[in-house]
Formats: sequence, C-alpha cells, structure tokens
Amino acid sequence: MTDAAVFRARGIGKSYPGVRANDDVSFAVDPGEIHALLGENGAGKSTLVKMIYGLVRPDDGQMELNGQPHQPADPRAARAAGVAMVFQHFSLFDALTVAENIALGMENPPPRRDLSAKIAQVSQDFGLPLNPARRVATLSAGERQRVEIIRCILQNPRLLIMDEPTSVLTPQEAELLFATLRKLADGGTAILYISHKLEEIRTHCDRATILRGGRVVDSCDPRAHSARALAAMMVGGEMRPIDRSGRQAGEVLLQVKRLSQPAPTAEGTALKGVTLTLRAGEILGIGGVAGNGQDELLTALSGEIRSAPGTILLEGADLSRLGPEARRSAGLLAAPEDRLGHAAVPDFSLTDNTLLTAGARKGLVCKGLIDRPAARAYAEAIIRAFDVRTPGPGTAAKALSGGNLQKFVIGREVMQAPRVLVVNQPTWGVDAGAAAAVRQSLLDLARKGTGVIVISQDLDELLELSDRFCALNEGRLSDPLPTEGLTLDQIGLMLGGAHGMEVAHL
Amino acid sequence: MIRLVPRTDTPALLQIATPILAVLATMIAGGILFAIMGHDPVAAIRTIFWDPLFGPAASYSRPQLLVKAAPLILIASGLAVGFRAGIWNIGAEGQYIIGAITGAAVALAAYPAEGMWIFPAMVIAGAVGGWAWGMIPALLGNWFGASEILVSLMLVYVAQRIAAWMAFGPMKNPEGFGMPGSRNLQQYPAAANPELVAGTGAHWGVVAAALAVLATWFLMSRHIRGFHIRAAGIAPRAARFAGVKPETLVAFCLGLSGALAGMAGLFEVAGPAGQITDKVGVGYGFTAIIVAFLGRLHPVGILLAGLLLALTYIGGELAQLTMNLPAATVQVFQGMLLFFLLGFDLLTRYRIARRITA
Repeated sequence: MTDAAVFRARGIGKSYPGVRANDDVSFAVDPGEIHALLGENGAGKSTLVKMIYGLVRPDDGQMELNGQPHQPADPRAARAAGVAMVFQHFSLFDALTVAENIALGMENPPPRRDLSAKIAQVSQDFGLPLNPARRVATLSAGERQRVEIIRCILQNPRLLIMDEPTSVLTPQEAELLFATLRKLADGGTAILYISHKLEEIRTHCDRATILRGGRVVDSCDPRAHSARALAAMMVGGEMRPIDRSGRQAGEVLLQVKRLSQPAPTAEGTALKGVTLTLRAGEILGIGGVAGNGQDELLTALSGEIRSAPGTILLEGADLSRLGPEARRSAGLLAAPEDRLGHAAVPDFSLTDNTLLTAGARKGLVCKGLIDRPAARAYAEAIIRAFDVRTPGPGTAAKALSGGNLQKFVIGREVMQAPRVLVVNQPTWGVDAGAAAAVRQSLLDLARKGTGVIVISQDLDELLELSDRFCALNEGRLSDPLPTEGLTLDQIGLMLGGAHGMEVAHL
Repeated sequence: MIRLVPRTDTPALLQIATPILAVLATMIAGGILFAIMGHDPVAAIRTIFWDPLFGPAASYSRPQLLVKAAPLILIASGLAVGFRAGIWNIGAEGQYIIGAITGAAVALAAYPAEGMWIFPAMVIAGAVGGWAWGMIPALLGNWFGASEILVSLMLVYVAQRIAAWMAFGPMKNPEGFGMPGSRNLQQYPAAANPELVAGTGAHWGVVAAALAVLATWFLMSRHIRGFHIRAAGIAPRAARFAGVKPETLVAFCLGLSGALAGMAGLFEVAGPAGQITDKVGVGYGFTAIIVAFLGRLHPVGILLAGLLLALTYIGGELAQLTMNLPAATVQVFQGMLLFFLLGFDLLTRYRIARRITA
C-alpha cells in the first residue's frame, strides 16, 4: 500500500533562526485518502506544507510525488508537479467575477466561455454551488473558499492541501466541504488536511499524522481514538478538564437595548437592533461566522464607538455616550480579537501594555502621571498568575507567541475584577494548553459574579463555556437559547447558515 | 538581485548610528560636490563644520549657534510630538510666521507704553497665533477629512502673503520713511528679546527651547497623554481601545506644535530679526522637520540635531564669505542630510538580502 503513495516525505527538516520548525518528519499520503495533519499552533504544520507547496525549501530530507523526487523551486513548479493548495486566507480580487478570478490563478486559462462551462461542470460534479458570473465582492467566506477549491480542482491535482479550511465556515458549509473533499478523494486525489479541530478530523479523515514541536509524534486512525486522546497526543499530556461548576445567574448587570449602528468602514457590518441582557455570574456565548458584526459589537461595548443614548446600560447607568476609559472605571471591560494592534501595542513592552487598559482601575496612572514601577509590578503579577511564558515584563508584546500574548491580554482584564467582561475570539490561533487556561479563567471570573460575554467562532468553545447562546448574523443578534441541549444543527440554523447551503442543481 | 526584507527587530545601536552615518555621508558627498566645483573639499568641510566653533572668527560666530538653534529646537520639539502620533504638521513655517505677526502686533499696539506685562503678553499672543494657525488643518481634518499634510503646507504660503501685507500695510513703521517693515522691536525695550548673557547669543527663545525639550521629554515618557500619542503612532486601533479620541489627538498635536512654532516666531521677531518684514519666514519651520527626524523624534536627539543644523547655517554663511561658495550650499547640505538619513533609516527597518534568481 505504501508503494502507491502519492506523496511521501522522508526525514524532512527545516530550521529558522532559533527554532527547529521541522525535524526528521516522515509520512506518506495515499491516493484517495483524506490525511489529517494535526498539531497545535507552532507545531510545524504550516512550515511543512509550505515546503510541499514550494514556498519554503527544506534543509534536509527528501520528498517524493508519484514516486518522483519532489523539489519545487516555487509554487508554480509545485503546481506543475500536481500539488494544489487552498490557503486559510484567500487570494481573490473582489472587483472581478468568479470566472475571472479562476482564470487569473491558472497557468494556461482556457477561453472564457469554455472556462465558465468547466466551472459549471465542476461545481455540479462536486456539489459546490457557485455562479461563475458573480462578483467575488458579493460572496460569503464559504463561497469564496469554493472559488479557491474549484480553481484547484481544475488543475487536476494529485495532492490537494487544505489549510484550516473550516475556520471561516458554518457547520453546514463545513459539511458541504467535506462531501466535496470525499468526492475528490474517491476520484483518487490525495488530500492533506490541516486542522486543530479534533471533532471534524475524527469524523472525516482516514488517517492522522500528529506533529508536536516540529516532530511526528504519532500516526493513527483518528476514528479509533477519542477527541480527548487525540488532544493528549497533540499537546503531549492529559488535558485538564474544564471545571464549570459553582455558577449562578444573579442580578441583571448589562443591558443592551436596540443597539443599531451604521457600518464603521466600507468592509464593516452595521449592527441592527442588537438587544441582550447579561446577569451576574453568567456567560453568554455569541456565535457567528466572521464578519457578521463581531468586531463592531465589541467596539460598541468597549466604547471605541459611541452609540445612541439609552442603548448600553451597566447596572442601570447609561454608558452609551461614554468612552472606553469611563466605561472601564464603571466596570465594563473588553478584550478585542486582534491581539497585535488592537488589544496590545506590538512594539510596546508588556509593562507599557498594562497602561493601555489598567491605568485607572489598578492605579497605574495618577493625575496623568505614569507610575512605571506599579505598571511593571502589575505586568509581573499577570505573568505569574496566567503563566505567560516570557523573559520578563520588559519584553515587547510582538515577541510573545500568540497563546502567551492572549493569556496576558485576558489576564490584564480579568485581574482588574470587572463587573462585565466582553471578549472576542479569546482562543483564536492559540495552542490548546493556553486555550484551556484562558477558558478556565473566564469560568472562574463568572463564578466570582462577573458577567461574561464570549464572542467566538469556535462553537465547541461556546458550548463548553456559555450558559446561554445566541448568534450574530449580518449584524442582528438572535434570541438567546440555553446552551444545555442545543445541537450543532440547531446552532447552524441560528447562524443563518441556510444561506447558499443548498447543493447545486444545475 | 537585491531585495529588502523587513527586520523583525531593530538593533538599538542602529537607531543611534544612522544619524551619525547620515552626517558623515553628507560630509563626504558634500566634499565630492565641492571638489567638482573646483574648491578644496577638506577646506570647505572644515569651514562649514569646524571654523564656526573653533576657527579664527569663532568669537563672532559662536553665539550665532544658540540664536539659530533655539527656533529649530523649539519648533522641532512640538513637531516631534505630532510625528510620534503619525500626525504630520508640515506647516510649522506658517505657524511661525503667524506667531511672529500676532506677537509683534501686541508690541506695536502697546507702543510706546512701558510695562513688565508687554513681553509676556507678546509671548502668549505669539503662541496663540501659531496655535490658531495649526488648528485650521486640525479642524478641517476632523470635520471634512482633509489631509493635514497638504492643508498645513499650503497655509505656509497664505501666511507668507499675510506677512507681506502686514509689512507693506497695517504694520508698516510710520516713522520708517516709507520703507516696508514694522518698527524695530529691538529699539523698544519693553518688547525686545535681548541677549541675556553677553557673548552667548542666549535670548528668551533659548530658555523657551530648553524648557520645551524638558517638557516634551516629560510628556512623552512620564505622562499618559504621551503614552497615548506613542500608541496612536504605532497602533491606532489599540490607542482607540485605550480611550484615545483621534480627533482630540489631532487637535492637541497640531495645536501644540503650532503654539511652539508661533512662540519661536515671536522670539525671532522681537530679537534677532527685530521687525516684521515680508521675509520674516526664513525656513526654520521646514528645517525643523529635518531636526525632528535627525533627532529620532526624541527630545535629547532634537537638542543635538538642532545644534548641528544651526552649525550648517552658520558654516554655510561663513563658506559663502570666505570661499565664495554659492548661497544654496546650506540648503544642499540640509537636503542631503535628510536624504541620507531617510536612506539609512531604511536599513533600520529592512535588511538587504541577496536572492539568486533562476
């Protein structure tokens, strides 16, 4: 069976200054196989596929494609050899149509009419509903991904690499994607599927190669293992179970009443009559696919954007017209999604980054004067309490790994003992260990009586944390439902996933 | 093929080294230029950079160092605060001119009264005039999204026209035998800005420049507003998240740099220049931009850079007198300095990588 492998890596190694990104990596992908590459952030998955796709050259080891040596000098050479890749971030031109975008990505595009016919053929064969004449700007994230996939399929690849493809999809869209991938695999294409979402790998992949610290630590049939066992292989130890005990919903803390707002930028989303109530000790989960108003909701709550009077009330006091500093003083704190550049200043030290939000509540700023020793002490306290791995509080924020900076950012807000804390994507791009620590800190905070709003695209996370769940779709917030007993299907419908979900019937 | 690759971290040493490298490169390139023009390059460089301080006529030129450096440092201190926040006030020259006019207006209105209040009132009027001129681009930017770069720059030319109008019209010296230009404030003791210690060149503007250096250092490193300014320059969204209103910040930075430039204008017109003429603006507002960048937008750096640029002014004039070098020498030098500084600066943010292309 291994002799027939489409792709084989032998002893691949790659070093960057200070890091051994890949070390002695060997694995093989068979034709017709959906092969998962599983690992935490920083485990070396991206480096590995970049080498296969010709973006990076390995330092040592050999790769083989269809039994031939595979040493692509650049992505063009890799594509010519039969490797296609769908990136996490799409490279499409908004102003062009689907067909034009696909033509641009091909080495020898056929005439426009033939291409449109081919696109229609492929989208029918593989159940990918897509109109070749539509402009990309009008497409959802899921539809954009289909453009990329069709572009790949038209090249008849031997090996298709998918980099975290479901992070931008609703559950229904993800199902549709897996059906397509299975059809492709049945046609003999080998698929290398990168993810850290355990459930989808368990359900859809035939084999999994698990990377940790740049090395292959295991290879297994994911269906034969529990998600917990896979996670343990991924992080190299038992996961601490999340403790969600001891929480009781108390008095009403935060009320948002018919909050409407025009889109702040051309690409932004307008908020349309968002209404919610948050009680003490409660975690409210807000789900939704990216770009449906999550960022706008957070900035409206943090005070970066003021709203109409009477729309945001904390313990009865109207905060709608107040700025971020006044809201923090009142007890309403927030942690934005984008760690570098929004929640923290990349070039500033951790000490300086405490001053961004904790000046008033922690007494780090007095009559406008900065108390640096106090700021430093607070940074050290966060580093200790949240196990932030860093040489010290003088380290620049951008020098920290995603998970460590996220722990710092969440810690900075949590340790200010807020009345209400709003977090957006608290564990996005964070390794499993740090994610568990962040989630536990939110649960602990709620246990002490803080109201917590978790905005996230990770449904597992929302189901794990929240008492009630609502969905944000095109700037509208659904009515909340108790999380207990919700199924993924129900959630998918709440997320408005019905849009564009029907299988193509042409 | 050579490519520029962004650096992930900037070596601190390079930050300090680039201004020095730029000065050295300017000397070398300037020397080559002089050699082509048929002058002895070593003598020319010595005349410009050495003789003003230690040459045979140094006792005359040395006091000029503080006279020229004071307005440069005063203006650059204010500009650097805005530049740190990414707010580009290119029109300090205009704010300088308007400050000179409004400050002088107080003196001319009070003439010939005597009183301790007159000079402080002039300083305040100069600052307010510069502040108001700086607020025009700030408000147009905040209300209509106009670029503060363009508006502040174009207002320089408006200010120059106003200065000409004042010199030939409302402010013309009634006892000036029809010559354009206002009364000479140096001859009006209550309004004059004299040399405080004989032989040093130090006037009140030098005191103000020193205070401005201290104050902006304190603001940027100790005060939360300075922290917000620095944050806004690097990560505008993070600054907003911290509670900075961009509109307030634009008004603060343009207002502050305008006020300091206006004060510089007043000190000049009440002191070394003496009167409002149509040539009241001599380019300090533009040179101060070079000073701010050469000084790495840091108060101490600005102090040193201001002294260096002042030296090029004096040395350039000296070279004109003694070596018959053209009057444009100073500008060429200042231009080369900025060019080399920006060039070397690229190397602090990028490193050069060679790539073999197939």
